[in-house]
Amino acid sequence: MYAYDEIDRTLINERVSEFRDQVKRRLSGELTEDEFKMLRLQNGVYLQLHAYMFRIAIPYGTLSSAQLRRLAHVARRYDRGYGHFTTRQNIQFNWIKLAELPDALADLAEVGIHSMQTSGNNTRNVTSDQWAGVAPGEIEDPRIWSEVLRQYTTLHPEFSFLPRKFKFAITAHAHDRAAIKIHDIGLRLHKNEQSETGFEVLVGGGLGRTPFIAKTIRPFIHGRDILSYVEAIMRVYNRYGRRDNIYKARIKILVHELGIEKFAQEVEEEWQQIRDGALRLDDDTIEDIRSRFSYPTYEKLPHMPEELRKAAHDPLFERWRRNAVFPHKATGYSIVTISLKPVGGPPGDATADQMDALADLADKYSFGEIRVGHEQNLALPHVARRDLPELWKALDKIGLATPNVNLVSDIIACPGLDYCSLANARSIPIAQELTRRFANHDTANLIGRLHINISGCINACGHHHVGHIGILGVEKNGEEFYQITIGGRADEKAELGVLIGPAVPYNEVADVIEDIVEAYLALRATPDELFVDTVKRLGVEPFRERVYATR
Amino acid sequence: MTSPLEQKKIKITQPSVVTANRTWDGAVIYRTAGSRWSTDLNEAAVVRAADEARSLLAESVADDLGAVGAYIAPVEIDEGGTIAPGNLRELIRATGVTIGLPVQESVEV
Amino acid sequence: MPLVKGGKIQTDEYVHVADDAELPEAGAVLVSATRFLADPERVLRRREKVGVIWPNNRDVEDLVPYVERLALVALVFPSFRDGRAYSQARLLRERYFFRGELRATGQVLRDQFVFMLRAGFDAFEVKKQADAEAYAQTVKRYSVFYQPTGDGRVAAPFRRLQLRHSESAGL
Repeated sequence: MYAYDEIDRTLINERVSEFRDQVKRRLSGELTEDEFKMLRLQNGVYLQLHAYMFRIAIPYGTLSSAQLRRLAHVARRYDRGYGHFTTRQNIQFNWIKLAELPDALADLAEVGIHSMQTSGNNTRNVTSDQWAGVAPGEIEDPRIWSEVLRQYTTLHPEFSFLPRKFKFAITAHAHDRAAIKIHDIGLRLHKNEQSETGFEVLVGGGLGRTPFIAKTIRPFIHGRDILSYVEAIMRVYNRYGRRDNIYKARIKILVHELGIEKFAQEVEEEWQQIRDGALRLDDDTIEDIRSRFSYPTYEKLPHMPEELRKAAHDPLFERWRRNAVFPHKATGYSIVTISLKPVGGPPGDATADQMDALADLADKYSFGEIRVGHEQNLALPHVARRDLPELWKALDKIGLATPNVNLVSDIIACPGLDYCSLANARSIPIAQELTRRFANHDTANLIGRLHINISGCINACGHHHVGHIGILGVEKNGEEFYQITIGGRADEKAELGVLIGPAVPYNEVADVIEDIVEAYLALRATPDELFVDTVKRLGVEPFRERVYATR
Repeated sequence: MTSPLEQKKIKITQPSVVTANRTWDGAVIYRTAGSRWSTDLNEAAVVRAADEARSLLAESVADDLGAVGAYIAPVEIDEGGTIAPGNLRELIRATGVTIGLPVQESVEV
Repeated sequence: MPLVKGGKIQTDEYVHVADDAELPEAGAVLVSATRFLADPERVLRRREKVGVIWPNNRDVEDLVPYVERLALVALVFPSFRDGRAYSQARLLRERYFFRGELRATGQVLRDQFVFMLRAGFDAFEVKKQADAEAYAQTVKRYSVFYQPTGDGRVAAPFRRLQLRHSESAGL
């Protein structure tokens, strides 16, 4: 957990005052909507179908129990009793009133939560691996560097009015859980031959209308140079990114149009001018940030405690344990993923009651810490294995123990037409129906790891391009239709999915997905061959045949 | 439905109303014949031709303080004269999300 | 549009001369980049105060040979959403050591004052009278800053180290 100091808190409070003044000027008519829109977006306030939507930042997906309780409070006091966790580790509230927003922000500021730059053409939440700091095999905690970047990018005077939004992600593990390759800047922390910490820098990833996988611009930049290097990239983008067409304004387009070599050259030329300047990080500065991250003092615990041995007789507990519990770098501990994908429920939502209960469980079993993943699930990062049976019982009581993590019913979906003014079609009901079709956990386990991503429009907030199965809502003659892609991935082997055929209507989507899954089960070389690997091996054709044979 | 906020040309193929969101709380509102806003679709002024629509929209947009994001939305009118939303998007705006929610309340009317 | 300079609303001493108009005999003049670059010596001759309006879609590097001799550079925000002039401002100040008046023109609202100051602007052609009048108050909105720019304000990392050093020194 990162402890905010006086400076961090002051900044958040000053921001709240500023926004309070801006809201006042809007509601008095001093500011027109045209002038206000950008200001509210810079504070994460969207206008959606029914109401304003308020997006709150959860930096690199880390929350304290006090913070989670405060989110529950906001849900109750200012919204309709629930919140939605997003594909960028943030949380959204859908019914917030503009006039009450400054108060909500003030309440959040008290626990160090803000909404700065969660929308608008600026630098957004720096996301990371939700297992940062606890995953075995991690090189170093990427959140330290995420925090360095967060501070650097917050209210940066030069880069607050970019051509378009700008997203960072950092991973420090061979297995990329942060999806860095679909970000504007992706950073892979690693050590060079001299054992110095640095980053592979990738640029130009992003989904939406023109999806791109990020390209490596520099295989290694030393940690101390990361800010100056990022500044060089941002400056080239701010100066030369397109501003004439919002669909061509992301850095991925600039990289594509210049070519990665030319782009790298421009960045290098700029960087040479600033590399030795004030942005060069010295060890003291990095240490200062690192020192304000606190880590639990782990006990020396056995890997197989008595409590766990006893509970192994309970098949329901075992099913959950095998699905949702992951190895921890400290012996005797585990990482527990909390599924927010109950059968029949909207993916990624949690009620205020669930949030409060989870905060209590975090205090009891996880040193007061909770994580948010871009798969729209939560995690308790420091659970002693001896506590797993008791934890499971408590989670089960509040509906947070669905054993479907990473399985077919662990669906990632954007809010879609039920909420979003940009959407062409609904996504949540599709997800709900799919969880019902695949509610049988034995079947789901038989199928194995399978990521379904649903987006209600081409903006791709559901990341459908990189789903093992991707579902994209489109509109045809006023009706909801869906394009299906397969074979996408968001990890270190990131790839865009391939369209299997013409769009299908709303009421056929679940059937189509069942057909695809059936085809996979019939075609897979072994039970261990994952869906996405079968697609890689065989291509799209066999699936296309199966789905469209009778359509 | 493709966001009508991207509408550039105004084309009326069926009875339509002007709708927006109320500035201070984001509630869904409809422009009335009396140059006010109402949260009740059945108090909305109905337009049937492009120039009517254009002028109603212009007048609505001019109320920058009261409303945000005004646009023209299709409706259906039954024999009794009751106005109903004319597509799925407007249905959702008028009646709320289509999914079951833990503490869902319908939009205040 | 009111001009804010030195922290308050002031009359503009510069006369904006159209491209096809004669340059006045004396006094501060503000000309377009096109006119200036067509014959810079002619514009600069026998004149102390020359200002150039530089468009935001043109590299400031083209202006660099003249920065020592220009009293004013006016950069442009065609829309408050278009942030190219922030980069231009920082480069002029921090890389090319422009020391004259750096003026923000175009769509300038009070909510950009702090960003603009930090980027190196010291004069503002403000869109709204009320915003110009609120300048002094608005620039006090923020007292902490995370990143160093050329504006001389102490950025957070340095402030923290200063605090730690003074703590350890027993101050």
